[in-house]
Amino acid sequence: MPSVLTIRGLTRPGLEPIDLDLASGECVVVRGPSGAGKSLFLRAIADLDPNDGHIALDGDAREAMPAPDWRRQVTYVAAEAAWWADDVGDHFADWTAAEAFVEAMLLPADCRGWPVARLSTGEKQRLGLARALALSPRVLLLDEPTSGLDAAAQEAVEDVMKDRLDGGAGIIVVTHDPAQARHFATRCLDFEDGRASEMAL
Amino acid sequence: MSGPIGLAPADLALAATLLLVSAGLSIWLQLRLEWKLAIAATRMVVQLVLVGLVLKWLFVLVSPFWTGLAALAMVLFAGREAMARQERKLTGWWGYGLGTTSMLIAATLATVFALTMQIRPEPWFDPRYSIPLLGMILGNAMTGVSLGLYTLTTGAWRERAAIEARIALGAVLRGAMTAALMPIINSMAAAGVVSLPGMMTGQILSGVEPMEAVKYQILVMFLIAGGTALGAFGAVIGGAYRLSDARHRLRLDRLSAAKSNG
Repeated sequence: MPSVLTIRGLTRPGLEPIDLDLASGECVVVRGPSGAGKSLFLRAIADLDPNDGHIALDGDAREAMPAPDWRRQVTYVAAEAAWWADDVGDHFADWTAAEAFVEAMLLPADCRGWPVARLSTGEKQRLGLARALALSPRVLLLDEPTSGLDAAAQEAVEDVMKDRLDGGAGIIVVTHDPAQARHFATRCLDFEDGRASEMAL
Repeated sequence: MSGPIGLAPADLALAATLLLVSAGLSIWLQLRLEWKLAIAATRMVVQLVLVGLVLKWLFVLVSPFWTGLAALAMVLFAGREAMARQERKLTGWWGYGLGTTSMLIAATLATVFALTMQIRPEPWFDPRYSIPLLGMILGNAMTGVSLGLYTLTTGAWRERAAIEARIALGAVLRGAMTAALMPIINSMAAAGVVSLPGMMTGQILSGVEPMEAVKYQILVMFLIAGGTALGAFGAVIGGAYRLSDARHRLRLDRLSAAKSNG
């Protein structure tokens, strides 16, 4: 299986060097206690903080492309979605591309016109994911994507993730849910004090 | 044209009795402000007398070296004041250097422009004109620069989650930040002009013909507007540059921790 994302010696303050090969259609789960470096790892891959090491997407080195292009293809979704405008729709560059994901995650299509202030935690989380999915990234870096969701919404989000994997995307997901981990992934990275060790699931 | 009416030390002492009224009220109402008042008044008198002596000496010398040195000292003090007003400073040399450099360039340009093109004293750096002019421009530029930097750094800190959410979705930070800051710079430039020097009234008191004083006031208004806009622009653009990097990251690690208010 060709590797979508190749990581060699990725390091930043608080994180010891990490190697990882993520295959097309593969999901790797990241586990570990709070403060162990899970989010730092995802942020470093997305180049959101200064970091060192070699990362390539489909063989193309990260430093060879502008950072915004990289982040549109290797997209980080924070645990808590942040908002910069009043209405939901203003946060989507292309609502048409997002609409299918919005509906698949059990949100009404007319939520485009809703004020962000009206959204529940779970709605925010799913819309935060939808605006990333609308970019059709090759790799998704998801930080606890279902932590605030009820069972039905969680299942809907997992179905969308599965669908992305079937389409050839790679996913690295931080989760505390062992069932979710087993459901998707065959491998996991266990973080402890900024050190990652690879385990089979 | 009548000259100014001179003041004897006794006149000042008489005026100072008004302060005794405040001190008396403080004692009567147990506000415990009397000592603070006395110290502040004494410090004001000493500082102003020293300024007067320095200016008198500078005006006699008309030396490019000493005039330049006095101007530089004023800029450095203004830079320190602008930095002291920040809640979150840029780390390292930038904390002091950015605001000070912006003010140095902006105030120097505005002052030299006025001296060489409009007022044209002989020699052009005549401290009687250059030092008060620089003082007025600098005082206002400092307001614009410190407010602009304050708005930039506290805004970036407060809105960091929203800014990073946009970056994570592939938004361009460098450049975009600058465009987003243009309205701030404009309002800071306007804010700088709010504190008007009492130059016109001072000139009228010292016997200058009112229309002549008005013309000077108009000139100084233009200089302040230009100097403040330039200073705020330089500081805010430089700050935005420093808070981002070539990989379009938000670099809040280049801000120091918040000053505690305790």
